[in-house]
Amino acid sequence: MAQHGRIAASSAFLAAAAAAFVLPDWMISLATIAFANGLVVLGLIVLWRAGLVSFGQALYYCIGAYAVALVGRWTGVSDAILLVLIGGASAGLVSFVVGFLLARYREIFFAMLSLALSMILYGVLVKTESLGSTDGFSVIVPTFFGYAPHQDGLLVALYWLVLAVCAIAAFLVDAYFRSVAGALAVPVRDNEIRVEFLGLSVSRLIHTKLVISGLLGGVGGALAALAVGHVDPNMSYWTTSGEFVFITILAGAGSVGAAFVGSLLFESVRSFAFAILPQLWQMLLGSVLLLTILFLPQGLGSLITHLRRRRRVEAP
Amino acid sequence: MLTAFAILVDGLVYAAYLFIVAIGLTLIFGVMKILNVAHGSFYTFGAYGAATAIGIYFDRGLPAAGGFLLMALFAMALGLALGLILERGVMRLVYGRDEVVMVLVTYAAFLILEDIVILIWGTGSYATYQPLLAAGNTEVGELILSNYDLGLIVVAALLAAISYWALKFTRYGRLLTAVIFDRETAAAFGINVKVVYTVTFVIGAMLGALGGAIMAPKIAVTLGIGVEVIVLAFAVVAIGGMGSIEGALIGALIVGICRAAAVHLVPQIELFVIYGVMALVLLIRPYGLFVRAQPRKI
Amino acid sequence: MSAPILSVRDLGKRFGSLIAARDITVSFPAQQTVGVIGSNGAGKTTFINMVTGHLRPTHGAIHFEERDITGLPSRTIKAMGISRSFQVAQIFPSLTAFDNICVAAAIGHAPKHFIGHVCTPLRSREAVAEAEILLDLFAIGRYRDTLAATLPQGVRKLLDIGMAVAGSPRLLLLDEPTSGISIEEKFDLMQVVMSALRSRRITVLFVEHDMEIVERFAERVLAFYDGTVIADGTPAATLADARVQALISGPKAKGAAGSVADV
Repeated sequence: MAQHGRIAASSAFLAAAAAAFVLPDWMISLATIAFANGLVVLGLIVLWRAGLVSFGQALYYCIGAYAVALVGRWTGVSDAILLVLIGGASAGLVSFVVGFLLARYREIFFAMLSLALSMILYGVLVKTESLGSTDGFSVIVPTFFGYAPHQDGLLVALYWLVLAVCAIAAFLVDAYFRSVAGALAVPVRDNEIRVEFLGLSVSRLIHTKLVISGLLGGVGGALAALAVGHVDPNMSYWTTSGEFVFITILAGAGSVGAAFVGSLLFESVRSFAFAILPQLWQMLLGSVLLLTILFLPQGLGSLITHLRRRRRVEAP
Repeated sequence: MLTAFAILVDGLVYAAYLFIVAIGLTLIFGVMKILNVAHGSFYTFGAYGAATAIGIYFDRGLPAAGGFLLMALFAMALGLALGLILERGVMRLVYGRDEVVMVLVTYAAFLILEDIVILIWGTGSYATYQPLLAAGNTEVGELILSNYDLGLIVVAALLAAISYWALKFTRYGRLLTAVIFDRETAAAFGINVKVVYTVTFVIGAMLGALGGAIMAPKIAVTLGIGVEVIVLAFAVVAIGGMGSIEGALIGALIVGICRAAAVHLVPQIELFVIYGVMALVLLIRPYGLFVRAQPRKI
Repeated sequence: MSAPILSVRDLGKRFGSLIAARDITVSFPAQQTVGVIGSNGAGKTTFINMVTGHLRPTHGAIHFEERDITGLPSRTIKAMGISRSFQVAQIFPSLTAFDNICVAAAIGHAPKHFIGHVCTPLRSREAVAEAEILLDLFAIGRYRDTLAATLPQGVRKLLDIGMAVAGSPRLLLLDEPTSGISIEEKFDLMQVVMSALRSRRITVLFVEHDMEIVERFAERVLAFYDGTVIADGTPAATLADARVQALISGPKAKGAAGSVADV
């Protein structure tokens, strides 16, 4: 983002935070989940730019969520920020380890291996009675620096926490995209052999991106766990990963904001579709996905860029 | 000793089921380089179609063999129709695009088809175990083996044999092999690749539907069966090598036996074992057991 | 007499029972322009790959600026100042010509340690300045904002070489710089390339199949055959060598400037 882009983004986040005073509860709830999921999508965008599509981000989402749930259950620690940090760090650690293997793959094989890893976790969780198997279990009620808000207060506190985390993540990732490491995503996608020959270790670069996306996924999952109050193995199922991928395609990988706008859009449409025609929800999803791929391959974000460009040309 | 034999039989049965489901998927990938998520839909339609056929046929006192035939034919007909519609209607629009984009298109198709299943058959589940009962059992020592299961193994073996023979010894099979190997050169030699694509996709669809039909009596035919099957089929194909039919066979055997062993010995790791094996194989042979990496000229 | 920039002693490479290169002993003074000829499979590419670190020699040693670089990884060798271009131009199709070189320059200028890559912006002042200079040097400034995917073949080759030059290498290996270029354009292309490289005082080894190009632009010619060097001298001498004519270039027609049967 140029300077004015940063100002616009800050204003957007502040406006969203202020909106908590006027929006009904269910909207705040929806927005909280949407922003938390938006972090996972942001991680996907980091990988997408380098030409990698992960069908297994649910792995980190789930690890972040379960880490929060387990720490809460076993140690009674309830501080929201601490829990989120633990969730993120757990997922980040796993992504670091897994990255040694995953960084060697591209395209379909990368997608399939990442899917396999998330399904391994799913398989383990489903068969583990002590973790509630398919039912999962509930998450401790979060506190904020010792302060334990109730009901509405809790709702808003979580919302603001998620917004704050998303804002921080957005600025950090944006800075990353402008750095050498971040900007090299496109050259790597185009011709990674040349990048190697120019003197850069592509596998180390991709490893970094895997860790970044793992961290983001874990933080997103941790926040989602706190917001929903419950975790279950479905968070690691491939269809969950599929939804994140869907949002990424819909929004386009063009900008950091796309992750959050896309996620908000998705959650809103999902809630409405579910309420009105639950039988046809998947058909709607599939149709939108298909139409986006056919007609808007760069996602909705490209529409905005397109409009912006035209406006710039028309201005004197 | 008994357990070992039970594991072997269970493993073979499961392998048979996996092979029948996976062969269509690997064929489509081999020829068209598309990882077809909608394969789960072919399976689902096959299962539901078979359920309908069983419902119509089996309680009328007609010979069971006819029922088996009807199940299979009805399912394959559905597969044929679905495959044609999908290939001509959707896939054709995105040929030439990135591999991953193709996967996403098939994923979109899968989502749409899942809801079409609900529209046609509703959200309830169908229990259609009549064919199982009709086939009866065989006793081997202390074990009671279902004839249906044994039949499954025979069908899978036949399928493997037929596809091997067809690919190696028929003209069309060799055309297919050529296209799998190098599409551009095959086209340059005058092979009508477009027709090959359509035929392959439809055959793959019919095989997927057949897989669903065969499994219908053994499972509760309900929502979500397609979802599970996709990941399993992927795992098998990934292990064996995408596009390799021998690979699908070996992959199915490996997964089948490993899973059976897990179920009998350490049930907690049943699901884990399948994907664990896949991850392990990909670690050592990134492209699967039977496929080599393609080098790039610079 | 200063030390050679690159010296190679008893260099060899075998793959199992296949001997791709053997007994190569040769040294190059700084800023020399050397043409490398030989039919396919003669060992030229193996030689280049060993020098650039993509292949580990089975025996022998390679010294660059008096430092032993035998067996070092390619990234280290690149950082030390050896670069290469490609037979098929390896560029980034989604980026403009400017961005292509800017990326190369940014990597060349970026701090060597990994954290630096995250903290340095891509379009740093140094990288941008270098990209501008190189675009002009290789005479492709007018393609600055054109997407690399749409560039004509000659421009792609120049871009490819320009990218290899970003980051200031002292030794550059060009793999068939004029391959894929029409006969009318070959000379012009090499003219641009050679004057650019000379102005930067870069030592050049270029692989070529076109004997006219070799004659015109090389100060010295190495002829490879069957994995080893069979002739090494001035272009005139090497191309007149009987073995070279028999095995590589074909007989030279008297009076005509051209070569006949290059591969």
